[in-house]
Amino acid sequence: MPRTDVMKQKGLTLVDAINEALEQEMIRDERVVLLGEDVGANGGVFRVTEGLQKIFGKDRVIDTPLAESGIMGSAIGLAMAGMRPIPEIQFEGFLGPAFDQLTNHAARYRSRTRGAITIPMTVRVPVGGGIHAPELHSDSPEAIYAHTPGLKVVMPCTPVDAKGLLTAAIRDPDPVVFFEPKRVYRSFREEVPEEEYTIPIGQAKVVSEGTDLTVVTWGASVFECLAAIDKLPEDVSIELIDLRTIYPIDLDTIVQSVQKTGRCVIVHEAPKTSGFGAEISSLIQENCFLHLKAPVQRVAGFDTVMPYYKLELDYLPDSKRIAESVTQTLAY
Amino acid sequence: MTSVANSPVNMSLTPTKTTAAQPSKRTGPRASDSLPPSTLVRWLRDMFLIREFENRTAQAYQQAKIGGFCHLYTGQEATAVGTIAALNPDDPIVTAYRDHGHALARGMDPGACMAEMFGKATGCAKGKGGSMHMFDKPNWLFGGHGIVGAQTPLGTGLAFAAKYEVEVMKRGVDGGPAKKKVSLAYLGDGALNQGALHEAMNLAGLYGIPVIYIVENNGYSMGTSIDRGTTMSEDLRKKADAYGIRGEIIDGLDVIDLYDAFKPVVDWCRENQKPAFVDLKTYRYLGHSMSDPQKYRTKEEVDQYKAKDSIDRLAAHLMEDRKGADGKPVLTEQQFMDIQTEVKATVKAALDFAEASPIPDESELYTDVFVNPQPNLSPTCEYTHGAKNPLL
Repeated sequence: MPRTDVMKQKGLTLVDAINEALEQEMIRDERVVLLGEDVGANGGVFRVTEGLQKIFGKDRVIDTPLAESGIMGSAIGLAMAGMRPIPEIQFEGFLGPAFDQLTNHAARYRSRTRGAITIPMTVRVPVGGGIHAPELHSDSPEAIYAHTPGLKVVMPCTPVDAKGLLTAAIRDPDPVVFFEPKRVYRSFREEVPEEEYTIPIGQAKVVSEGTDLTVVTWGASVFECLAAIDKLPEDVSIELIDLRTIYPIDLDTIVQSVQKTGRCVIVHEAPKTSGFGAEISSLIQENCFLHLKAPVQRVAGFDTVMPYYKLELDYLPDSKRIAESVTQTLAY
Repeated sequence: MTSVANSPVNMSLTPTKTTAAQPSKRTGPRASDSLPPSTLVRWLRDMFLIREFENRTAQAYQQAKIGGFCHLYTGQEATAVGTIAALNPDDPIVTAYRDHGHALARGMDPGACMAEMFGKATGCAKGKGGSMHMFDKPNWLFGGHGIVGAQTPLGTGLAFAAKYEVEVMKRGVDGGPAKKKVSLAYLGDGALNQGALHEAMNLAGLYGIPVIYIVENNGYSMGTSIDRGTTMSEDLRKKADAYGIRGEIIDGLDVIDLYDAFKPVVDWCRENQKPAFVDLKTYRYLGHSMSDPQKYRTKEEVDQYKAKDSIDRLAAHLMEDRKGADGKPVLTEQQFMDIQTEVKATVKAALDFAEASPIPDESELYTDVFVNPQPNLSPTCEYTHGAKNPLL
């Protein structure tokens, strides 16, 4: 999709940036194919692949039947044969039917074949709440996939990061689950370099530097955390870390920060129990125990099914809850 | 882009087209002959109710009173009304996410249905399910379901339970007498390609489970036409053949024809305790969901189907062709107008009810995850604006 005047003036959205990364990688590497439900003629359920079938044709931007297990399984087959497939699963809840293929096949072939067969596949999945959708269309299952050895799990929240990380994912030799926070799809624009570039998978980003407390988060929650920081008194110095890659986790960035600040609040949309925040909290106590000035806190979704939209904003961690947790942790 | 134009990859992923099989013409007595005119008039009323309900749903959605995703049934009214008319009231049904029509045809209160979409506490699932998750257990509606095809094994299990009651327990699980039942598992044509359906059909064929898989075949799996999405689209009965299941093709646009063809299938499944598969040809007038650019079809195609509208056809039939004992049509124009007035008032009342109903209390976030109360749930649950989990 060519850059429009709007894009030139105001920058790209997450959708534009992902679309551009896909286009550039498809030009660069003929092994890259897209497949999914309505990704071609209709441009995908969130119009992320808009225009790509016109450019690359129906053999490379493939409209599939509605069959997630089949989509995922055949993408794995393509990857086994040396292609670079990018299946799109319309919503994170629809990973359910494809779960067997993704976790029992894609994640394990390198290990099962001792490296003889690998799966260079990038699974694109819109993720998370905040768009007034019901459950299955608003969930945050990243911990489930991070708990599956053999999968890399990425969740960028800015257009610049999305373009660079998606490019890196496509070029990665192993399967990557690329979660796209749908709440951010069109709600934020920024200038994105037009040329192709990569951002390494497994590298967190320090969004703002600080000395009093570390906030670790990812996905759409990054924006809630920024809003929460705005609510705090000006003399409070917060270091905000956007994880960007869930797995492999960038332990160094977190440990360096928490050893400096001594306090940490972790924020994520997924239910609290066994959420990825639990893993981070555990890693912090293993690596920063003597530096801690307060218990590590988690602000998360609740251990319930994602509610329908009238209660959605009560479920999702908002800036108020985050600010309260930060204040309590600072006062500990 | 030259590399693309000269690409050696040219697999032509376009499926081949063949002539489609048509519904068979019936001869002999028709199931609907014995129905009183009042039943046909009620079908007309129910179909019009669904049409009007969906029109007002679309408006409410556009006014952002309904959140989430919303899949309207407009155009397909005859399929829910005609198939459910062939059932006993306690035959279970499951369907997919385009479920408002089934809920209303099954007798769900329109207010509860609308309130559910508004996310209000008075909805059929207390405002926690939304448009895709209409449940009405007293009316034996076991849900709209959001994952394509995933409801079909559930419909199979419901029928399995009924068969188990009859053949093994020889009584109902509720202690009452066992009854021969049939369950309906509705699916869209997109679900034909989901593994779950094929696993369910194999089980049903293998065990002889009295479930009827009804493909509400509106020709499009979201934006993908059926011939681009599934094999043997010209005769889907072949898919049923593969599992030893009786297959039928039925015209779903004329509710009386539909009933005449479908009722014998239901009776046969009930009597013989066997499954069936029905390719029910229908059409949706609106997009897949409220956010569908509909680039995959032409306005002319939609208009062709609107010209065969099921409500218009039934109304014309009752006002012109169908004569009562007195030789006069069973429905006058005035009566039809009265029906429309009543339905519009009913739907308006449903909207008002939904509008006036309360939002679920935020404590509802914690209810019904497990059996209530659940003292160990989320031990640290100070949440939203400082409120405490009331169950702790």
